[in-house]
Amino acid sequence: MQTRFSFGGDEHIFAEVGEAMSLEAFFKSLFITNAVRDAKIKGVTEICPANASYQVKFDPDQIKPDDLLTELKRLDSASEKSEPVIKTRIIEIPVLYNDPWTHETLMRFRERHQNPEGTDLEYAARINGLDSVEAFIKAHSSAPWFVSMVGFVAGLPFLYQMVERKRQLQAPKYLRPRTDTPKLTVGHGGCFSCIYSVRGAGGYQMFGITPMPIYDPNQTISYLRDFMCLFKPGDIVKWKPIDRAAYDAAVADVDAGRFAPIIRDVSFSLTEFNRDIDGYNSKLDGVLHGR
Amino acid sequence: MAVKVLKPGLATTVQDLGRPGYYHIGIPLSGGMDRHALVAANLLVGNEAGAAVLEAVFMGPELEFTEDAIVAITGAELPPKLDGEPRETWTSFKVKRGQILSFDFLKQGARGYIAVAGGIDVPVVLGSRSTYALGALGGFKGRKLEAGDELPVGRAAATVKDGRSVAKELRGQPAGMPTELRAMPGLYWHRITEAAGNGFFSDTWKVAPEADRIGYRFKGGKPLEFVPREPPFGAGSDPSNITDACYPYGSIQVPGGTEPIVLHRDAVSGGGYFMVGTVIAADMDLIGQLQPNTPVKFVKVDMNEALAARKSRSELLGRLHSALA
Repeated sequence: MQTRFSFGGDEHIFAEVGEAMSLEAFFKSLFITNAVRDAKIKGVTEICPANASYQVKFDPDQIKPDDLLTELKRLDSASEKSEPVIKTRIIEIPVLYNDPWTHETLMRFRERHQNPEGTDLEYAARINGLDSVEAFIKAHSSAPWFVSMVGFVAGLPFLYQMVERKRQLQAPKYLRPRTDTPKLTVGHGGCFSCIYSVRGAGGYQMFGITPMPIYDPNQTISYLRDFMCLFKPGDIVKWKPIDRAAYDAAVADVDAGRFAPIIRDVSFSLTEFNRDIDGYNSKLDGVLHGR
Repeated sequence: MAVKVLKPGLATTVQDLGRPGYYHIGIPLSGGMDRHALVAANLLVGNEAGAAVLEAVFMGPELEFTEDAIVAITGAELPPKLDGEPRETWTSFKVKRGQILSFDFLKQGARGYIAVAGGIDVPVVLGSRSTYALGALGGFKGRKLEAGDELPVGRAAATVKDGRSVAKELRGQPAGMPTELRAMPGLYWHRITEAAGNGFFSDTWKVAPEADRIGYRFKGGKPLEFVPREPPFGAGSDPSNITDACYPYGSIQVPGGTEPIVLHRDAVSGGGYFMVGTVIAADMDLIGQLQPNTPVKFVKVDMNEALAARKSRSELLGRLHSALA
């Protein structure tokens, strides 16, 4: 993989590690951005990893653009030698698939959808060759997902499914974006799932909703007191399908301040993962549930 | 000391010089769209350059003061009135306790900056008082002002004077028609044909009605023709799609190749549309003063020209500081 660098005006360097999404490109972007952070380069103000690329914002009054570019290229070639292992977290996210709120929203914006006669889940199941919504939910929730980028709006995770490419679920975005999406909607566009951290516009297919807040600017939710955004790039997410009763109970727990998400520390090796994907994922599941 | 909001205006928010350091998790810089005018307003009333002020877009608010104060309005030509009597923009003036500050119709520009000696004293969130409305973060309760809000004001410097003003040549406002925005081609520039690239810089664009703190949309130029490709995995099928990536401030994305959007202070931090380049930092303030329908031309510059423009903008700020020292 040859990284392509470009200046984004006089204050940004944009680096495209891969044109296509892959775990290899994501890992490289994560590694280099960590290395840039550790290098504490004078004049660097923002370090942003993305799915298969990254961006560094800088103050050209403090570092010459060409000098920073040279430094980034040096870190880029040094990263080739590093072992693709990260220390990260695995987080369980409960999801009420096929929920009434995203259903109401998707009905409201039906004329902007590829398949106005059905729901987003029915459409996604069909174009992925699955014979039912249940089979699609199983495919969506059985393997874990990498948080490959955080952004668009505050705290929103982009998630990349940890299965072979031929099994990865794909779906186009809406034909025209919606002007509304319920907060905490689990969405999907291209090969990425996401969780909408705030209510607002969106173009991803809507599959369900989680009762678990992931962004809290007031920092009153127990697990968001240290920082208002839950996710960091490199986190691993496992969806847990729940029913309406469990959803209502979780919402009540969140409101009462007693909701405790399941979050475990874990070390992830890309080499070992690639050797036996299903086996590695079931080990991750074991870590999540203390087995 | 407080300022009571009688009428909020269209979208008046508390802003300072912004909240750097959190773009990697989607929290943008925020802060005044016209930073030069924001600093001028603060210096006029004896505040630190980056104190929090009110940014009013297209239409001014109506404010009542609970104590005597010194205020200044800069940026757009949004003529202030004190108990109905006209006052000058770009000039500090006294407000007596109980007096009402209102505004006449916008004459020029888009965003007025209202500084009060002492600064708007809302809580500092992640290092800034700026409002990021999309994330309900910072500012006054994370949102634009509403009637009935009471804004706390900090302690003013002891030596504040009224009647100070900023000379026209130090205001840094857009001049000439069409407004020229200098931009460096790059990012995904290679996705469009050479003819489309030339057209982008030679066409005259107009500011579209969808122009806000997140981004400014432009219309009226020729649609961009793409270089054919096989869509990379994860990018999406539209030729304007990319594997979702970071968006630089000032970057120019063109969804579907039709209407360019320049991201501004409340930028979405990333997404799946290709970008043809980036408006240089020196010209970002100008965008904040563009009204819908304003004709605009993008002017192609390289890094050296961008850095020269940056130096000249920073010298202007230096002269502003000296003039108001």
